[in-house]
Amino acid sequence: MSEALLSVDGLQKHFPVTKGLLKRQVGAVKAVDGISFEVRKGETLGVVGESGCGKTTTGRLITRLIEPTGGKIVFEGRDISHMSQGKLRPLRRDVQMIFQDPYSSLNPRHTVGAIVGAPFRIQGVQTEHGVKRAVQDILALVGLNPEHYNRYPHEFSGGQRQRIGIARTLALKPKLIVADEPVSALDVSIQAQVVNLLEDLQNELDLTYVVIAHDLSVVRHISDRVAVMYLGKIVELADQKDLYKSPMHPYTNALLSAVPIPDVKGRQGRERIRLQGDVPSPLNPPPACRFHTRCWKAQEICKQVEPPLVELATGHEVACHFPENAPAKGDAPAEAGATA
Amino acid sequence: MTAPLDVSGEELRATPEAVAEAAGGKAIQGRSLGQIAWMRLRRDKVAMTGGIVVIFLILVAIFAPLIVDWFGHPPNEFHQEMIDTNTLGPKGGTGITKDFLFGVEPVNGRDLFSRVVYGSRISLLIAFLATLLSVVIGTVMGIVAGYFGGWVDAVISRLMDIFLAFPLLVFALSLVGVLAQFETNLAVQGDTLRILLLIFVIGFFNWPYIGRIIRGQTLSLREREFVDAARSLGARGPYILFREILPNLIAPILIYATLLIPSNVLFEAALSFLGVSVQPPTATWGGMLAAAVKFYTMPHFMFFPGMAIFITVLAFNLFGDGLRDALDPKSSR
Repeated sequence: MSEALLSVDGLQKHFPVTKGLLKRQVGAVKAVDGISFEVRKGETLGVVGESGCGKTTTGRLITRLIEPTGGKIVFEGRDISHMSQGKLRPLRRDVQMIFQDPYSSLNPRHTVGAIVGAPFRIQGVQTEHGVKRAVQDILALVGLNPEHYNRYPHEFSGGQRQRIGIARTLALKPKLIVADEPVSALDVSIQAQVVNLLEDLQNELDLTYVVIAHDLSVVRHISDRVAVMYLGKIVELADQKDLYKSPMHPYTNALLSAVPIPDVKGRQGRERIRLQGDVPSPLNPPPACRFHTRCWKAQEICKQVEPPLVELATGHEVACHFPENAPAKGDAPAEAGATA
Repeated sequence: MTAPLDVSGEELRATPEAVAEAAGGKAIQGRSLGQIAWMRLRRDKVAMTGGIVVIFLILVAIFAPLIVDWFGHPPNEFHQEMIDTNTLGPKGGTGITKDFLFGVEPVNGRDLFSRVVYGSRISLLIAFLATLLSVVIGTVMGIVAGYFGGWVDAVISRLMDIFLAFPLLVFALSLVGVLAQFETNLAVQGDTLRILLLIFVIGFFNWPYIGRIIRGQTLSLREREFVDAARSLGARGPYILFREILPNLIAPILIYATLLIPSNVLFEAALSFLGVSVQPPTATWGGMLAAAVKFYTMPHFMFFPGMAIFITVLAFNLFGDGLRDALDPKSSR
């Protein structure tokens, strides 16, 4: 259980910004700027953060749809961070991706059978009873009618389409699935179905998930551990229960205070934290702690020294000089880490 | 509209929509986007009329010898008996009889009907093959430029600009003229050589139009997530280009091919009018128009080949427009 399936170390992705005829580089969008985390076998890691914080880029880096600028991605002990596409091919069976938009992730000109069967064809995998049979089995597994084999994506609803997308990722029996906002394009009523489907599949097929989402409730429901991202950095990484019960980073606090509470009575006991201003541009992120421009606890040190991601409680990592809900000895290691 | 809270217990229990739908038990027949477009096209009367005329014209071109056998005379046969020796024009003004449906030419008395029918062969052959050439080059160049981007795109796009800036008519006139001088040294001669030359000139210089359209479409298609999905499965470039992207380009390719054909018919007619197409006595519509200019007192000579060009171009355009209406609304989804 605790064995790391995927480990990411100091991962960076900078998108160059060029100008003029000669494509001179004038800057870089630091979409992901030095993040480290591990995903253990069989667990679900949730990645949350607001728009533009680098969640999706992280997902695309793990699946190596894009090449990292720096840092390391190690999958099952192999460094895949700069592996060529040719060498990656066989490894791609083990890492699959669920996409955000079920309307854009299925080729409108292909039948469901062709879409779900594509992994077999691309990877040249032989199946016992032929591709059609294998595809129909998978369709049944995700709760679709196997008879829909010859239908086209436009004949399905959003939820059904997302099931088709999930079926495609399952075809090659991957070990790790990166789900990039798997339910955010769906109706709320369908979201629960798809989330539950993902959980059932995890139990049945022993899958490991990295779920990227901006919906804190979805992440809370599905994740074992949660990473909170802000402007290309992980600011807090903890077990789901710890994070939601006693968030340490001010940003996490602010995020959680914004989650809608359906019960009107429950709202009274809560203090709503309103962050001032916008997210700074990743083109020119604030120095040191990136959150200091909007943080109500910010001090001089936050503008000068970047707080490292340190473990303050068991399995609870935070990057902040002044964490909240910290255990009694809390402040000391943060200060020590900062000056080191 | 019912209130959103008004949900019966049964509906709440039905989890995956698919299962509920399958309970309907009807045979499931998938309809491809092509079938849907065809249904839409069938409802468009103007486009269907255009399409029927197009098919008719193609059949006429294919079966020209049979049609001429039944309704006319060989296209190059002189009929001096139909010519009024005083005016050198056809007897009775046009010479239209039940034997000569479109009348006869002045001076030599060749059967106009047969010549118009045979002219369709040259026109359509050149227009179709030139269009095919343009579409093939344009699609490959456009898809490569759009998908790979970067310097590949820059090179191909500038190449397109150069081709579009080329004075095509002047080039066609001189190339066909010059190459015909060396006819005896070439592998093919006469009409075959000229037809091949025209196909090459018209087809090779028209590809940037379709190339640009395909490039633009590819640019937007490659950002779609299904391309990422294929890449994350380990698909290589050719697979993505030809299996994932190309099927989505069928609609624009078909539409612009159908609209390119009439413009090529017109261009071929213009070239044969200027005398660089297939040489007499082989019948071409443009060549007949050119010959008819000298006999402006006998308008039937000009009327029939002119109408042939007009109807061909109009039919293809109407059909092409209808095809666009039928294919486009869904192509963005």
